[in-house]
Amino acid sequence: MTIHTGYLWIVLGMGLVTYLPRWFPLFFLARRNLPQWLIDWLDLIPAAILSALLVPELVTVGTPRHLVLWRPELWVALPTFIFALKTKSLGGTVVVGMVLFWAVQRVV
Amino acid sequence: MKCNKMVSDSPKNRQNVKASILQGLAAAWPICLGYIPIGLAFGVLAQKAGLNPVEIMLMSILVFAGSAQFIAVSMLSAGAGAAAIIVTTFAVNLRHFLMSSSLAVFLGDTTRKKLSLFAYGVTDESFAVNHARFSRKTWGPDPALVVNHTANVAWVASTLIGGYSGKFFPEGAFGIDYALTAMFICLLIFQLKGRIYVITAIISGLAAAVLSLSIPGSSYIVLASIFAATTALGIRKWIQ
Repeated sequence: MTIHTGYLWIVLGMGLVTYLPRWFPLFFLARRNLPQWLIDWLDLIPAAILSALLVPELVTVGTPRHLVLWRPELWVALPTFIFALKTKSLGGTVVVGMVLFWAVQRVV
Repeated sequence: MKCNKMVSDSPKNRQNVKASILQGLAAAWPICLGYIPIGLAFGVLAQKAGLNPVEIMLMSILVFAGSAQFIAVSMLSAGAGAAAIIVTTFAVNLRHFLMSSSLAVFLGDTTRKKLSLFAYGVTDESFAVNHARFSRKTWGPDPALVVNHTANVAWVASTLIGGYSGKFFPEGAFGIDYALTAMFICLLIFQLKGRIYVITAIISGLAAAVLSLSIPGSSYIVLASIFAATTALGIRKWIQ
């Protein structure tokens, strides 16, 4: 099995432009005292990113995306959300979500 | 150097290393479970696009970013040029800049060498798992590093298996396609530590849904997140 040279350059380029944004803030911000407003702002970023990743996955499909509210991904999210809220168990939530999604797909 | 060697060989230190590995593995398994179906699907798709298993593995090792890899493969099979693929990858993965900034707050005492090693494994999933534990003050750089690299091994292995044999797993088996969605739901709940976080999440989710319908690509994630965090902070200032 050989690696095509053109492909190698593409993948190296992709690796570099992916690594740099991951590396830059850790390397330059971690060992520095940040202003309080920036710490407060960064503290809100995880909730913002997770919600921004999750909600479009639940209520949109296709390229370009369009809105579909009546889909198993969204129905299953509600009991999964309640389970997660009650148990705070990551592994348990993953398993419950999978089982519910599997069950809904068999029924529908 | 000699002193360093003595430290790393002491029984106490070996115990710490073992504890970090076990803690990291316990935190990483849901991520690995979520990566398996996506990694297999990626391998199958990449193979159909004409990549061999070595080339597939190389991309998973060098890039380690699910959505960017899917997009790159579809661009490759559409005959896109190197520059277009690399620029697109950069745009898709720029959100990691926000995640690394947010993690940096907790890693003040970590050496730059370890930070550089850690940076390689910052993904949506490892970021959220590590951040939740860091903010509960039950976490350190070593178990976090184990999480990142365990997830990486699961990703590389499942893409490679997908590249070798597409029919290894029946499609949609055991609802495994829902693993990452369920994980994000729970990780989001971990982040809802007070009213301001709930407000942020609601603004961000609504903004992301609306933006994802109107702008192509995945830039809606970064735009909605920045907008929501800034707005929520503004609301808090205004109330106080």
